[in-house]
Amino acid sequence: MTKKEKFLSGAHFMNGDIACAEGAIAAGCRFFAGYPITPATEIAEHLSQRMPEIGGIYIQMEDEIASMAAIIGASYTGLKAMTATSGPGFSLMQENIGLAVMTEAPCVVVDVMRGGPSTGQPTLPGQQDVMQAKWGSHGDYEIIALSPCSVQEMFDLTVEAFNLAETYRVPTFLMADEVVGHMWEKVIIPPIEKIRLVNRKKPNVPHEEYLPFMPDDDLVPPMACFGEGFSFHATGLTHNERGYPQTQSSEVQERLVKRLCEKIRKNTDNIVRFQEVMLEDAEIVVIAYGIVARAALSAVRKAREEGIKAGLLRPITLWPFAEKKMAAVAKQAERIVVPEMNCGQLVREIERVAKEKPVTFLPKLGEDPHTPMEILEAIRRNS
Amino acid sequence: MVQEAAHPLSKYLRQAMMPHIWCSGCGNGIILNCFVQAIDELEMDLNKLVVVSGIGCIGRAAGYTNTNSFHTTHGRPIAFATGVKLANPDLEVVVISGDGDLFAIGGNHFIHAARRNMGIKVICANNFNYGMTGGQQGPTTPLEAFTPTSPYGNIEHPFNLVHLAAAAGATYVARWTTLHARKLTQSMQKLLQKQGFSFIEIISPCPEIFGRHNKMRTGLEMMEWFKKASVVEHSSDPAKAEITRDKIVVGEFIDIEKPVYEKLLHEKIQAINHKDEE
Amino acid sequence: MPERLWRKPLDTEKVKQPKAEIHIITDQCKGCGFCIQFCPKKVLEESEDINARGVHPPKVVDEEKCVICTFCTSVCPDFAIFVVEKSNKEDDKHD
Repeated sequence: MTKKEKFLSGAHFMNGDIACAEGAIAAGCRFFAGYPITPATEIAEHLSQRMPEIGGIYIQMEDEIASMAAIIGASYTGLKAMTATSGPGFSLMQENIGLAVMTEAPCVVVDVMRGGPSTGQPTLPGQQDVMQAKWGSHGDYEIIALSPCSVQEMFDLTVEAFNLAETYRVPTFLMADEVVGHMWEKVIIPPIEKIRLVNRKKPNVPHEEYLPFMPDDDLVPPMACFGEGFSFHATGLTHNERGYPQTQSSEVQERLVKRLCEKIRKNTDNIVRFQEVMLEDAEIVVIAYGIVARAALSAVRKAREEGIKAGLLRPITLWPFAEKKMAAVAKQAERIVVPEMNCGQLVREIERVAKEKPVTFLPKLGEDPHTPMEILEAIRRNS
Repeated sequence: MVQEAAHPLSKYLRQAMMPHIWCSGCGNGIILNCFVQAIDELEMDLNKLVVVSGIGCIGRAAGYTNTNSFHTTHGRPIAFATGVKLANPDLEVVVISGDGDLFAIGGNHFIHAARRNMGIKVICANNFNYGMTGGQQGPTTPLEAFTPTSPYGNIEHPFNLVHLAAAAGATYVARWTTLHARKLTQSMQKLLQKQGFSFIEIISPCPEIFGRHNKMRTGLEMMEWFKKASVVEHSSDPAKAEITRDKIVVGEFIDIEKPVYEKLLHEKIQAINHKDEE
Repeated sequence: MPERLWRKPLDTEKVKQPKAEIHIITDQCKGCGFCIQFCPKKVLEESEDINARGVHPPKVVDEEKCVICTFCTSVCPDFAIFVVEKSNKEDDKHD
């Protein structure tokens, strides 16, 4: 590969972090601001090398708070922007994630999850930030979070994350884990012209008529950027359609906050993605995501060989939660098994939707994700 | 004398947001006034100007200027401004914020942007307290001053902001009070035309809160303090630029040239891509 | 012509002393008093009137004394006062 090749189309052997970085480049990301943190550091290092090659900007900021603020700034200046971190940095970013939500700044935040809480186990995997992605910042809001289970998905879902961020003007999260981030697999990068890319809607009104937060029918406002002739104001304070602060009006607060939530909720069917394996007649359904889904897939196949009607539902979108699909699966299955590398996060959503159906939760913390045998034994116990 | 004519600078203000929320005698209005005057005298292209502010009374300034503007979370305007400037170096990015926002919660971002010599301009309204939330002590509250969170007198040494800015690497550092309106406007013009990280500290009256707690109940009393105590010492050592009851050292302390971050980045990108062509 | 000038500049007759036109946007004034206090020529004083904000805006004592230093314009926090040079349409007719 020579430096002249801006896009690495073709087959490659790379690790998850690097695939994610290349996914960002393929998606059109031209601004990265980050801070070193295990196990996401490789994303920053790779982009520090690649961004100048493709005319993009890489900057290492002084902390994760600054990184998040900087990508919002770059997004508002018209660039597709991304940052990458892990648990401790993700916690620091939460206030500005709220700012991105409130100012509807499209951006992508990668969280390569590790063992927590606090400094935890920096070099080992975890799935402990799942709820934080949805509820981490204060206030009522909705975001989109994706969960890759392979190095190929680290590439593909990063592209998808940018497309979703641009479509819905919302921060979109890639919730990877240390294993998916650090493992090496084959990645096929399509030719750039074959990759579907989405750019934010631009206003088509005269400059003086532009209202930066006036939504279209899809509840998403077209987005102008600094320097385009639209002299607009944006603030983290509750604001009206013109972007001006309106901190005393219940009506404006209700209208704004509800729209920010409805923007995602109303479009859930277009956003949610999942993978189904042998689900049609499954009596025991395993629901797993991230690296755990790889073991779960193996377990489900082995179970089928033993005559157990097992199936796998793998959410690719963690948030918004796939309510409809979960409800259908819960209706059909006799038991649900949920292996997670935490003390119970996505399983709470599953239990909420599954209602009376028995849900077996299989926690695992520490170095290794669940083995296929551990999940198979749980399937056997529940069949 | 004509009653109904429009103010000549009104085109630089978002009329729908006026009148501003600032108290009678608050210096923020003077800072805004001098700023738009500076823009006017330079005939700046408003489309290329981005005003970014943080949280605090002065933070409302971004909403009042009729330019591209953004009001960030507390302490973060400089980090946001960095993203803007790098994404489009042709934009003039000005951060207008307060002493607490820029130097307490935002202190880290200030020193790093100065260190990098990022081409953003920072205008700091220093009114010695956190005015918006009721006047609590801040990083520039003078020793022994009374505030709602230092009811027995402040025991913390305040920052010397011009010393801090100079030490961190800013290429233009000045301090004025709101009484020095004309000098301030001229300084702002210099700030806007400077290439590197530039900083102006403006000592500003907060009579309703800080002043009231410290025996200067009106804007006039505070401005009289500025008048009595100010002494212009251009190019003097910013480390010695004290602010006391008897002496407020003002002037332009630093005005140097240093390679700007955006330029270095651009040169690096050129060099990398040139090498490929060989 | 001010009488204290004992050396007359050669172009005295040609140079016209600018005449000030002081504009006070009374309802925008918040009564801080800066313009009154810091006018070098003491052209302004507090008026008896009360404006929409409940304060006494300034009023002009003697517009002739104003030298259009524009300090009031710059130091007003509320954009409530500005000074411009009166347009000399009538004087120009004599040139």
